[in-house]
Amino acid sequence: MTFTTLATPTAYAGAPRRGPVTRLLEDERWLAMLLLLPTLALLGLFIAYPFVEGVRLSVTDAKVGVPGHFVGLQNFEQIWNDDIFHVAVWNTCVYTAVATVFKLALGLWLALLLNHHFKGKAITRAFILLPFIIPTVLSTLAWKWMFDPTFSVINWMLFRLGVIHSRINWLGDPNLALISVIIVNVWRGVPFYAISLLAGLQTISPELHEAAAIDGARAWQRFWHVTWPLLLPVTLVIVLFSVIQTFADFQLVYVLTGGGPANATQLFATYAYQLGIGTGLLSQGATISLAVFPVLLVVVIVQLLYIRRVETH
Amino acid sequence: MVEGALWRRWVFFYVPLTSFIVLLLFPFYWMIVTTVRPDSELYRPWNAPNYAPFWTTHPTLVHIKDLLTETLFSTWMLNTMIISIAATAISLFCGLLAGYALSRLKFPFAGSLGTAIFITYLVPQTLLFIPLADVIRNFRLGDSPWALILTYPTFLIPFVTWLMMGYFKSIPKELEECARIDGATRWKAMVYIIFPIAVPGILSAGIFAFTLSWNEFLYALVFLSSPEQKTVPVGVTSELIRGDVFYWGELMAGALLGSIPVAFVYSFFVEHYVASLTGSVKG
Amino acid sequence: MAEVHIQSLNKKFDEVHAVKDVNLGIRDKEFVVLVGPSGCGKTTTLRMVAGLESITSGRILIDDKIINELPPMDRDIAMVFQNYALYPHMSVYDNMAFGLKMRKFSRADIAKRVQDAAEILGIQQLLMRKPRQLSGGQRQRVALGRAIVRHPQVFLFDEPLSNLDAKLRVQMRVELKKLHDRLGTTAIYVTHDQVEAMTLGDRVVVMKDGLVQQVGEPLELYNEPANLFVAGFLGSPAMNFATVEISETNGSLWAENEGMRIKVPAEIAGRLGRHVRDEVTMGIRPEDLHVASAADPTELGFDAMIEVIEKLGSEILLDVAVGSHTMVASVDPGIRVNVHDRLRLALNPERLHFFNTQSEAVI
Repeated sequence: MTFTTLATPTAYAGAPRRGPVTRLLEDERWLAMLLLLPTLALLGLFIAYPFVEGVRLSVTDAKVGVPGHFVGLQNFEQIWNDDIFHVAVWNTCVYTAVATVFKLALGLWLALLLNHHFKGKAITRAFILLPFIIPTVLSTLAWKWMFDPTFSVINWMLFRLGVIHSRINWLGDPNLALISVIIVNVWRGVPFYAISLLAGLQTISPELHEAAAIDGARAWQRFWHVTWPLLLPVTLVIVLFSVIQTFADFQLVYVLTGGGPANATQLFATYAYQLGIGTGLLSQGATISLAVFPVLLVVVIVQLLYIRRVETH
Repeated sequence: MVEGALWRRWVFFYVPLTSFIVLLLFPFYWMIVTTVRPDSELYRPWNAPNYAPFWTTHPTLVHIKDLLTETLFSTWMLNTMIISIAATAISLFCGLLAGYALSRLKFPFAGSLGTAIFITYLVPQTLLFIPLADVIRNFRLGDSPWALILTYPTFLIPFVTWLMMGYFKSIPKELEECARIDGATRWKAMVYIIFPIAVPGILSAGIFAFTLSWNEFLYALVFLSSPEQKTVPVGVTSELIRGDVFYWGELMAGALLGSIPVAFVYSFFVEHYVASLTGSVKG
Repeated sequence: MAEVHIQSLNKKFDEVHAVKDVNLGIRDKEFVVLVGPSGCGKTTTLRMVAGLESITSGRILIDDKIINELPPMDRDIAMVFQNYALYPHMSVYDNMAFGLKMRKFSRADIAKRVQDAAEILGIQQLLMRKPRQLSGGQRQRVALGRAIVRHPQVFLFDEPLSNLDAKLRVQMRVELKKLHDRLGTTAIYVTHDQVEAMTLGDRVVVMKDGLVQQVGEPLELYNEPANLFVAGFLGSPAMNFATVEISETNGSLWAENEGMRIKVPAEIAGRLGRHVRDEVTMGIRPEDLHVASAADPTELGFDAMIEVIEKLGSEILLDVAVGSHTMVASVDPGIRVNVHDRLRLALNPERLHFFNTQSEAVI
């Protein structure tokens, strides 16, 4: 019978000898260290080190090709008194605030619309994400074309609808430029908000809405008292992430206006680029880049506190 | 189905939804139309009576042809493809290992390291690009694809790690325990058991990483200077403008063709995209 | 030969002392069951034998070899998990072959072993399927097959039947017993189900709060529990407990409370001598109570009122009120009684147990 071998007593076989490397890798701590090594090396080299370098640059007077000397807070003083910097601060704050509000509102509206069942829902959802998927710079180029003062299709439409008679210089008019840029940012961000909020909406059990409806709540009340509070956590995460990205935005403005006209759309990132790379004033560019840091810090702290709160539940 | 009277459905649902769709997709439509429109039709002022935006009677491929033959566009496509694939590969490798360590192993400072990696995800490129340009120069990587292949993982790895952590957490730990009792080392249990099960997650992460690499602009702009080295986003925005003249036909053709690889990948893996997006949000 | 010796085993998770000084000697071919409520330390002990948990202090030996520092893969053991832990991306065959592949067995050897194990468990036709295509019972068998195939020194079972429905559980219990008889491999089995413990174990180890309460053969534990916990844990319905005071009258000892006055039999009276005028806990199992007839001595019975009647077919359970206590009696299914009836119950004096109320140890 094939299984007599099992019942035959065998002396306990000694364990195979294991080499030192194998034994090391069996230890949870050493294995973890090894697994994290590539990541930590890359991130250390290309994030931590540059960050430290950036701080160092901001307290020197380095330029391209000229290693600088320590100058203390001179750069900070300089930008503090720099008019263009003031404009950039103002622009960036307005840009971020306005765009975020619109992205949230419109994204939420779209998410609520998508939360129904209708024919072609899957394909609609797929198409809606396109502005987010297609490379930003390329779709922004399309917008630049659409905004072109002479050939704008938007102007054409408004003209046909009788809304305007003279041209709108979307990107060339200092009063309009920031608005135009915000429009493009909102256009690109709404799908991200919508799809993420939709996912959040889908975790809310429909029974809660039904119970509220039975209790007599109307659509708006159901939204305000049932949907919104349950959506708040997801919303917070999305908004925090979006805020930091928008605050540090570069591509959009660079392609559309380059920061002009007359600094009307100058943001931190574009100004830093202009100074650091454009004119080679490395230290000053680095200083301006660092202006993003406080906002990042606030966002990170809020996120961490929030996560800690969620995890202790 | 959408409830309510017909007029309600139209006002509150169909009209807004359609408006959203039209507004979100119009620029792409415009991109396509411009690409196939001959120059003669292209440059008509907005208030000219013969402005015909929504169709073209003489579709032409001349812009695409010019793009491919008279510019370095194909080179840029190749560059971008290589860089994106390489960066994605590196990020998947690092992110998989890191994600496994952080979610399945117990070791001191696990929490802090996880948080640290999470924080680097939030750090925007614009904070680092100036000193990073210096670092790249010092390592003599400037103006080569390596500058990007090594720096893109800085924003890809945290995302991949985060995504994979979520994925790994849903795999019961008994599987590894059983594998280890069966005779596998920790490493083998990770590679032969856990990773194969996590393949859908790896796919999602990889696709998203590929897209993020393809879309990146700032680092590519700052670290690359010679036209042959450029990636599609940088090449299209910088090289297709001669003097002060914008060759919109070619520009739109470049924009269109430059978007195709990503759109292509996207179309096959929509579900994975949505999963990555929502996974990263739900955290 | 595979004896397992657990010596002074302790496990602390930060501040929680999960396993306290466990000593256990398991003989070759023995099927030992660790049983107890959740959190009692039985699973932790098992995992330490497996190598999945580190040992805080103490030693574990297989035969004469200390295995404390050996990784699981070198201990020559196999484990069956509660959730089966089948590798979802592999076929049944590959699941069973995995361990052998890791040990670099030849293809031919693997094929033979897998076929043999599959035959024993009756799963030959499932070899090409994936786990998700199998029912609970089938997955259980594959998990068993995966363990058998390795021909290990020791089998470890972590509540393998808990996820099965009641009927399947009973069936698998029998099969496990048959399997053990056939294979003869030393086994350590963890469960919270006392029925499994009683039916499967050659010896049973009852644990609570990290401590071993009692070790012995099932019937030994059932008939001579060492403390209140073991007495109440084994057996269903559970043993009845009543707080009584011991008094002495005319040279004999009596146990009484407001509901009853029982004469302590001579054999036990000797041990109870020191507890006169003390409160002790008396225990009697439901099946050792019966409806009193004229032949039953009055000093071995008490009056009770029926509160609930549970008719099981094989027996009738009477939930009765005795004084301010409730008790359960398992009586002959032919009895005709009604709720709120008053009746007299007699007990079997040889089956009385007494426990020290503070220490809970048996007297």
